[in-house]
Amino acid sequence: MTALPYVDGNMLDGPLGEVFAVDLSTATGRCAHCGTASPVAGLRVYSHAPGLVARCPVCTEVILRLVRAPDRVWLDLRGATFLQFPMPPE
Amino acid sequence: MGIVTPGFQGRPRSGAPNLPPGQYLTPDFPVLSAGPTPKVPRETWEFVISTETGMEYRWSWDEMMALPQETPTVDIHCVTRWSKLGTTWQGVSLDALLDGIDTAADYALAHSYGDYSTNLPLDDLRDGQAWLVHTYDGDDLPAEHGGPARLLVPHLYFWKSAKWVRGIRLMVEDNPGFWETAGYHDYGDPWREQRYQGD
Ligand SMILES: [Zn+2]
Repeated sequence: MTALPYVDGNMLDGPLGEVFAVDLSTATGRCAHCGTASPVAGLRVYSHAPGLVARCPVCTEVILRLVRAPDRVWLDLRGATFLQFPMPPE
Repeated sequence: MGIVTPGFQGRPRSGAPNLPPGQYLTPDFPVLSAGPTPKVPRETWEFVISTETGMEYRWSWDEMMALPQETPTVDIHCVTRWSKLGTTWQGVSLDALLDGIDTAADYALAHSYGDYSTNLPLDDLRDGQAWLVHTYDGDDLPAEHGGPARLLVPHLYFWKSAKWVRGIRLMVEDNPGFWETAGYHDYGDPWREQRYQGD
């Protein structure tokens, strides 16, 4: 095996961009397991799998899963207590 | 001696009758993983079947290896569309492990070192359809393919063949596993192309 076992969360920009109308590259997610808030870009994404599995860089628990079917997408966020997005001032 | 027709190479392998719909053949054995590869020493490895009444049946590595060994040669089909035909394994039939276990359960949840899980009807683990395997192609099963031991349930999509399996919970009710809670089909029959929920 020569490939890295995971890639960084920047690879989520495209797949999550299909779901969210905001820029994911600057979002932050809080791990429901250990409580660490990490930039989405800093998550560890296992992509050689039936779906994308993004794990906490501190405790390696699952924060986010994304499964893409031809006509549907599933986003499972049970491993995140929040996703925070920077917004322009109101 | 007959005349050999030049250029006659036999039937092409594509469209093979043993290839389910939407699958392609691969000579490789792709490594798929939803997380880091757990390192499980055989000295501490154990396999546990628990029943709906709370009974637990445990096997150490040596106890598992002392059970009757089988050498299934099977076709495997991954939901990511690759299939691999004629793979050879060695391991213990789930029939041997389930033998003598008193249960009224209809469902099973296989769970793994590293917290992966996948659900199946208990009947799909019986009658020579499923194995706990530790050898692939004559060698110890490599960790990236689920070693020291994985489940092998070749008549369902390969995500049901849990890598690094450490036990099976027998349950009265169905409990979806890791991929089944994230959009994948509850049963996963490759011949009916049951990839996603509702397929
Ligand atoms: Zn964490």
